[in-house]
Amino acid sequence: MTDATQPIAAARPDRRRAAKLLFGATIVLFCAWVLVPIYLLAVNTLSSPEEVTGFPKRFFPSFDLASMRFFIEFAGVGRALWNSIMTASITMVLAVLIGAPAGYALSRFDFPGKNLFRVLVLMTRAFPLPLLALPLAVMFIRVGLDDTVFGLALVHTTLALPFAVLITFSLFSGVPIELEEAAWTLGCTRLGAFRKVVMPLVMPGLAASAVFAFVISWNEVFAAAVLTIKNRTLTAFLLQSLDVSPLPLKFAGGAVLVIPALIFIFAVRKYLFAMWGIANR
Amino acid sequence: MAEIQIKGVAKRFGSFTALHSIDLTIADQEFVVLLGASGCGKTTLLRIIAGLETPSEGEVWIGGRRIDHLPPRQRGIAMVFQNYAVFPHLTVFENIAFGLRMQKIEDSEVERRVSRTAELMHIEQLLKRYSGQLSGGQRQRVAVARAMAMEPEVILMDEPLSNLDALLRMEMRAELKGVLAESKTTTIYVTHDQVEAMSMADRIAVMHQGKIVQAASPVEVYRNPAAHFVGGFIGNPPMNFLTANSAGEGRWEVAGQTYDGPAAARKTIDFAIRPEDLEPAEQGIAATVRVVEPLGAHTLATCDVGGHLLRAVLESDTVVRSGDVLHLQPRPDRIRWFDPDTTLAI
Repeated sequence: MTDATQPIAAARPDRRRAAKLLFGATIVLFCAWVLVPIYLLAVNTLSSPEEVTGFPKRFFPSFDLASMRFFIEFAGVGRALWNSIMTASITMVLAVLIGAPAGYALSRFDFPGKNLFRVLVLMTRAFPLPLLALPLAVMFIRVGLDDTVFGLALVHTTLALPFAVLITFSLFSGVPIELEEAAWTLGCTRLGAFRKVVMPLVMPGLAASAVFAFVISWNEVFAAAVLTIKNRTLTAFLLQSLDVSPLPLKFAGGAVLVIPALIFIFAVRKYLFAMWGIANR
Repeated sequence: MAEIQIKGVAKRFGSFTALHSIDLTIADQEFVVLLGASGCGKTTLLRIIAGLETPSEGEVWIGGRRIDHLPPRQRGIAMVFQNYAVFPHLTVFENIAFGLRMQKIEDSEVERRVSRTAELMHIEQLLKRYSGQLSGGQRQRVAVARAMAMEPEVILMDEPLSNLDALLRMEMRAELKGVLAESKTTTIYVTHDQVEAMSMADRIAVMHQGKIVQAASPVEVYRNPAAHFVGGFIGNPPMNFLTANSAGEGRWEVAGQTYDGPAAARKTIDFAIRPEDLEPAEQGIAATVRVVEPLGAHTLATCDVGGHLLRAVLESDTVVRSGDVLHLQPRPDRIRWFDPDTTLAI
């Protein structure tokens, strides 16, 4: 009896150790997948142009800002950066102004086609942008929105809206309806209750969904490249000059694009998890 | 003066009828409890009075003013919710002051009313805290204080004590009753807890399947249930029911015993008696004891009478064991009779 159980008992810790090892290795792999490119980007951005183009590469940056300076002084970069910020800001405002009411309606009201609407909201992400880009470009030229920051912001708003709707839906669902009802019985109108009770409670989340819309626009490159020519955003500008620009410019440009996005997403991660959570509801 | 009149109020959700034409008049300063099991429509009725739900039919009047088309804020009501609904982003002080601020009452008056109601509810030391820093009982006090500070004509309460633990509930029950009586408001209080209803109400409206089955004083509801359902729902243990066979004009035979009853031209009716109104005697309904539960103040015996359940509350010094046969004699003035078809009292 004792002899028979011993090998099994010995095998179990072995298997558990193997599983642990595999788990650890997977995590390391995932982390490397995300972190190594960022690391390379950082090292090369903070090295002098000679080091970037030279060989062998360094593991630690020399903290030389020449690459950065070169990038910032490169013709057109300032303009492109400004366009990116403007586009992203307009996208942010539009996405929240249109998305939040939709999220509120989804969380508070029962209406026919509610579930269909929720699916449709996500469906807009299922269309490949290249498919839409050409007809959009034609339409924009007809109405005179082509090559404008506002026109591009409209397209980016479309891309950001599903997320804005779903994040705000989950935010508003987190505020018990009784709080609003209590406010109504205490003398508030529907709008008053929203302003005095719901808004203060969802404010941090609303800010997060705004930031997320900003990042979506900030990172978007395809529509930006197709719909603008002179008024390029930073992503489109870098894409355009990718094969003609020197290596240090690419690295510095990449860093300028990635770092704000990373910081923003990190700041609002709690609310993004909340959004993924509703997929199970 | 805030008399509440509910006239023919009905509510349908799609094909489901939550309320069938409810009529109820509640006198000024009366404390009425809507009592019923979950899903009986009591909360729906309260929410219609509050204006949080629109009736499919009917009218609601408060103090001679028809209010069923008005938004909640114009109805002169205050409501206390089951889950308290204390605003988490405001301090206790600002929670209680919320309704007063909406009425644009000046600061000194707000201060006076908040501190007075806070004192009334014994939460004056919590005024600077947020709801996250309060216990369930304290939140409930804040919710009641917030409603009281409005000095409304009508207070509506939706199971306000059901989230509290048993001891706290008993304490709050007595306290609420005192505070509400003092305030001279008309109160409608929804609960599924019959002890709460019995102990607090001036009048209990027992609801079942979207109808008010009986609306009467607690003692009346207990002693003279208007329907089979009321007798079975109110009282712990509930009323006993046995089938009675006709034994001549106004005489009815119940498990071998004959009692005086109503002169109904029927073969069988239902005989009903409260467990505490049965006494062991030389003669009486022969009941085989199944379970004996000594509860201290008295002993509960669950018995079998011809396959039917019969519970009797006995003196705690009664010596009785499972398997014994008891002869139980009902107090004649406490026997009630019900029509088995309509389930109403005869």
